[in-house]
Amino acid sequence: MYRIRFHGRGGQGMKTASRILGTAFFHAGFEVQDAPRYGAERRGAPMFAYVRAARQTINERGIIRHPDLVIVADDTLMGTPTAAVQQGITGQTVMLIHSSEQAQVWRSRLNLAGPVFILPAFEAARDRLELRYIGTACAAAAARLIGVFSWSSLEKALREELAGLGESVVEKNLPHAQQAYDLMESHQGTVTPGAAVTAESFTQPKWIDLSFESARRAAPAIHAAGTSEQMKTGLWRTMRPIIDRAHCKHCWWVCSTFCPDGVIQVDAAGCPQIDYAHCKGCMVCVSQCPNHAIEVVSEQAAQLAEKAGESK
Amino acid sequence: MKRTLLTGNGAAAWGARLAGVEYLPAFPITPQTEIIETIARWIDFGEMDCRMVTLDSEHSMITAAGAAAVTGVRVFTATSSQGLLYGMEMLYTVAGWRAPFVLVNVSRGLASPITLEPDHNDILAARDSGFLQLHCATCQEVLDCILLAYRLAEDERVRLPVIVNLDGFYLSFTREPVEIPDAESVARFLPPFDPENLGFRAGAPLSEAVAVIGGTPYSYFRYQSHLAALNAVDVFAENAAAFAQAFGRTYQAVEAYHCDDAELVFVMMGSFATKAKEAVDRLREAGEAVGLLRPVLLRPFPAADFRRALSGKKGVIVVDQNLSMGKGGVLHTELASALYGYPGTTPVLVSFIGGLGGRDISAEEFYEMHAVTRQAVSEKRAPAPRLLYTEVELREMKKIQAIARVQGLKEQQT
Repeated sequence: MYRIRFHGRGGQGMKTASRILGTAFFHAGFEVQDAPRYGAERRGAPMFAYVRAARQTINERGIIRHPDLVIVADDTLMGTPTAAVQQGITGQTVMLIHSSEQAQVWRSRLNLAGPVFILPAFEAARDRLELRYIGTACAAAAARLIGVFSWSSLEKALREELAGLGESVVEKNLPHAQQAYDLMESHQGTVTPGAAVTAESFTQPKWIDLSFESARRAAPAIHAAGTSEQMKTGLWRTMRPIIDRAHCKHCWWVCSTFCPDGVIQVDAAGCPQIDYAHCKGCMVCVSQCPNHAIEVVSEQAAQLAEKAGESK
Repeated sequence: MKRTLLTGNGAAAWGARLAGVEYLPAFPITPQTEIIETIARWIDFGEMDCRMVTLDSEHSMITAAGAAAVTGVRVFTATSSQGLLYGMEMLYTVAGWRAPFVLVNVSRGLASPITLEPDHNDILAARDSGFLQLHCATCQEVLDCILLAYRLAEDERVRLPVIVNLDGFYLSFTREPVEIPDAESVARFLPPFDPENLGFRAGAPLSEAVAVIGGTPYSYFRYQSHLAALNAVDVFAENAAAFAQAFGRTYQAVEAYHCDDAELVFVMMGSFATKAKEAVDRLREAGEAVGLLRPVLLRPFPAADFRRALSGKKGVIVVDQNLSMGKGGVLHTELASALYGYPGTTPVLVSFIGGLGGRDISAEEFYEMHAVTRQAVSEKRAPAPRLLYTEVELREMKKIQAIARVQGLKEQQT
């Protein structure tokens, strides 16, 4: 059975990618199961989608523990623990990463034992959530790495899954899919189907006996204020608002009042300060600032600039 | 007939469409909403002739469904978890009216704490309501069970509402290959609702939902519903035979997988039971004589089918994806009551609680449950019920509690 997992951010089209691949497998005569997992749905947050495909009825269900292929549409998720990109990967797992870095960089950074392939960042977008064709490109590259069905099966699947978006969207997607598909030509068939967990010899689960604890501990209550600070929702941000101090009129209330997450505080000098650990990048402040004093920059560019500043 | 990829929610919508439902009272809730959205789109595009009404709550929605059903239209509705419980008063009420319609429940763990992923405490809370219950393990079954459910509900030997249950996420948002039968074959299997025996006619007064004072009439009406529910065992078997003839897929009140020569048998319901099937295949490869029994029909409880299938078996591995506080697994309890006191050797019943709130059950855990039960058989003694919960999970839980500042309470504990 093939077990395939797509990782991306909500809004990047990984559910669609998994469905394109699932439908292509199905047209090629495979039994298929595909599903997305969002948690509580939100744009920009890490999500994943998975596909199982086999020649026989599929009885496995739910999350894939040991994938044969992992596709990462957004390489900023590679180091994000909550994205769990590396969960359950083995020496046999093939990684396909959409990145401007080389495969060797990721292999050494993450100490990956299996094959790593790069889908180069061929589409320019300031905002990673505006990468329009990354879903189809990932599905097509994955299809070639698996290599058990033809381009025409893939094209048919792509047309079906994108049909609801209109013919022009389909036509714009096809060349990107074709390009990604061609790019993986020399690696066709690298992904091989994994085996099921055998019952002959297996690792015993370490079950424990849950013992009684007082309701003071065991009731689902939070015993302090502000614990949600530990949830770094700033990781969901793909674009960053930056206050231009030269243009800020210190009106002190507009941006901080409109911020739906309450992450803009005005300091003693009357300057608004954005808490980037928690700003989700919704840009409500940008649209509300009457002086147009809040700029928008790509999060990745902002982080690179910060790093460069540190190393100086 | 067309074979295509559908989510469990998509399959439910197709079931309702093919059944030719005429009235759909609706209220949204995750993970069910996609069913209603799909049908709404079809109505909008003129592909389905159905009156859809959005209500202010599940309580009103179930009331509307029951009221419409007793006037003789075919009614469909759907909900999940908190919504099912919010409408609970009316579940009992409309079942008492003997209103025949189909409600799809997409299982999701109940608050508190609030969650999204599935277990069966929501649907089991409706266990004694008078609704019959069909439990699905695949997306195909979702579609098929809706058609079977209408035949069951509308049969004059039954005339009770039916809940078709599917698991959230594991079926609701998961695509699988599903055969969509053509409308003509479905119309032959499930002709339009014949309201003849409902007695509702323009100009002829009919009062539903009467009040009674005293136990004599009350007992009569309640026990009549029970007898009707019991009839549904045989009616389901008849309908399933007709279904197999029409569509080539066979359903039984209790699905048996590799049970004939099995010594140990898993008992599970819902979509996690396919994981048990996978485990049975792998254990058989390792030389173990093991099988699986899965109730499709949970109300009425197919006790005789279980007794037949488990006669002569050595051990039963009951995996409950539910928890009755202060008792344990509901399926385990029901099975024990079905087997106790009947002639023949009673197998050792070993109880496991697993999959609460969508908690995954790994292949290794299935193998281990099998090993534990084999041990219990050789010792002729069932161990205490076991929650599937690992050391790693407890460590993770302690971390979460640390964030919630639970550790500060330690000194106040003793």
